[in-house]
Amino acid sequence: MLTKEEVIKLAKLSRIALSEAEVEKFQKNLETVLSYVDELKKVNTQGLEEVNQVTGLVNVQRDDKAVVAENRDDIFGQAPEIKDEYFKVKAIL
Amino acid sequence: MNFEFFELTKLRKLLDEKKVSSLELTKYFLLRIKELDKNYNSFVTVTEEEALKNAKEADEFINSPGENPFLCGVPYASKDLFCTKGIRTTASSKILDQYKPPFDATVTKKLKEQKSVLLGKTNLDEFAHGSSTETSAYGASKNPWDNTRIPGGSSGGSTAAVAAGLAPWATATETGGSIRQPASLCGLSGWKPTYGRVSRYGVIAMASSLDSPGAVANNVEDLAHLAEIMSGVDEKDSTTGPIEVPSYSKKLSADMKGLKIGVPKEYFVDGMEDGVKQRVMEAIKQYEKMGAKIEEVSLPNTKYGSLVYAIVCPSEVASNLMRYDGIRYGHVTKDGENLLETYEKSRAEGFGDEAKRRILTGTYVLSAGYIDAYYKKAQKVRSLIINEFAEVFKKVDILACPSSPNVAIKLGHAKDNPLFGYIADQLNIPGSLAGLPALSVPCGFGRPSDGETPSMSPYPADAGHPLPGGEGNNVGSMPSFGLPVGLQIIGPQWGEQIVFNAGFAFQQVTDWHKKYPNI
Repeated sequence: MLTKEEVIKLAKLSRIALSEAEVEKFQKNLETVLSYVDELKKVNTQGLEEVNQVTGLVNVQRDDKAVVAENRDDIFGQAPEIKDEYFKVKAIL
Repeated sequence: MNFEFFELTKLRKLLDEKKVSSLELTKYFLLRIKELDKNYNSFVTVTEEEALKNAKEADEFINSPGENPFLCGVPYASKDLFCTKGIRTTASSKILDQYKPPFDATVTKKLKEQKSVLLGKTNLDEFAHGSSTETSAYGASKNPWDNTRIPGGSSGGSTAAVAAGLAPWATATETGGSIRQPASLCGLSGWKPTYGRVSRYGVIAMASSLDSPGAVANNVEDLAHLAEIMSGVDEKDSTTGPIEVPSYSKKLSADMKGLKIGVPKEYFVDGMEDGVKQRVMEAIKQYEKMGAKIEEVSLPNTKYGSLVYAIVCPSEVASNLMRYDGIRYGHVTKDGENLLETYEKSRAEGFGDEAKRRILTGTYVLSAGYIDAYYKKAQKVRSLIINEFAEVFKKVDILACPSSPNVAIKLGHAKDNPLFGYIADQLNIPGSLAGLPALSVPCGFGRPSDGETPSMSPYPADAGHPLPGGEGNNVGSMPSFGLPVGLQIIGPQWGEQIVFNAGFAFQQVTDWHKKYPNI
């Protein structure tokens, strides 16, 4: 069972403000999903590795070379608020 | 002259022979979009101005001496998940409603280098979360075969646009079924590449260990051409594999003699529609006639695919969607008192229900105390699925099965079911978890189990083309009442060529890919 408090905590961690009705809805939805996947617990996975990728590539690197970004203005142009050449954010506290 | 439903190879020939200009073609498709897309809602943004400009440039190139790239002057539509520099790219989410990417996705760049003409950006489930396009912030797209039904998803805008003849082909993406399932439901050929075959750079991320950009078109030969253009190593995506990209289209072969085809019995699930099962079995018989060897195989862990996906996908979604913070780009709330409130309200206002549901689910299964029981467990079961495929591909060359357990369902049934996407894609997800290449090709029509669909008489746009199958081929003349069914062909990792060959061979002896909805 997933409690309301847990959903509220998940919303905090996810940085999403939820209304009370939404908390209730997602509590039910998450329950549905979690009971759906519950069957996995029964699968015997002893000795199996976790899969984190499928291509088998190892340590793909590129040269650490600086390149000029020619789209600085376009990038800043997408920001809701900028000041000089900085992204502007609200007070943290 | 009509150009809808023309193969890309045919459009190339017409353009090269100057029988039509890119500008004429582009105007033709733009007009179709303007007149018809109100019935299908397949586009989020139509890029008329850019399209006309690019078409003129392509015409100049064509009129200059020398060879033309395969897609030069050919119009296309792009799933609105591919970044297009300076052109609105929404992922069908309010949080990116006004986003104009400052860069091109690698796929977009490659298509620009070919001098393709972008007609517009197609609708999808928000951030590709879903299998019906009903989670889009811009409304659901509709199936051109019956517009009271879903086109499938998440690439449903792309498949609706191509199926309605609003574009000759479209880009699409798969994470777990998002190309194969809508291609199947809309009666198109769809290619889901091997993971790492096509660069993910600039394709708005859903689940990074699964995302595979691909395409939908009117036939497999076109897909083989598109695969040559779209594939390859990209230094901006370190998961692309350094495996040579073959000339798929030149190497296409319809010779199926001795090809070993595995039919996985677990893919004929309970609740599968009879029409789907029958059409797919008929398609498999067709291969037998062509000289292939059919063998029943077993993939017993198939049933866990969707369960693994229901954990792995939201986990990766939760982490990928953390970047939308209302600071650098995207929607920002008007009433954030401080930084935390700006984050929480911007995300609350910007994301739809399905995105929120996946973020919360992912955050839960990744949190301390649950990560071992859910996420790590799922990643272990995933290796069972991968091993099982590897074993079966020691015995057979390809697998053949249905792309979807059913034909297109009615609009509205998927919307509030949090499990819809996982269940709709249960026949696609295991292959996705293993990163395997696959196709969906049209293989006939089936009656829907949820009510009637208008009696349709699909017409061949190209009636003048006799089928190479000759008189012995009577598959195409069966009654075609119902909705499209898709045959799924799955190949081994990096095995695009054999998958394309199998799809190509099928389309040499059947004409299901030449049936079109009455628009």
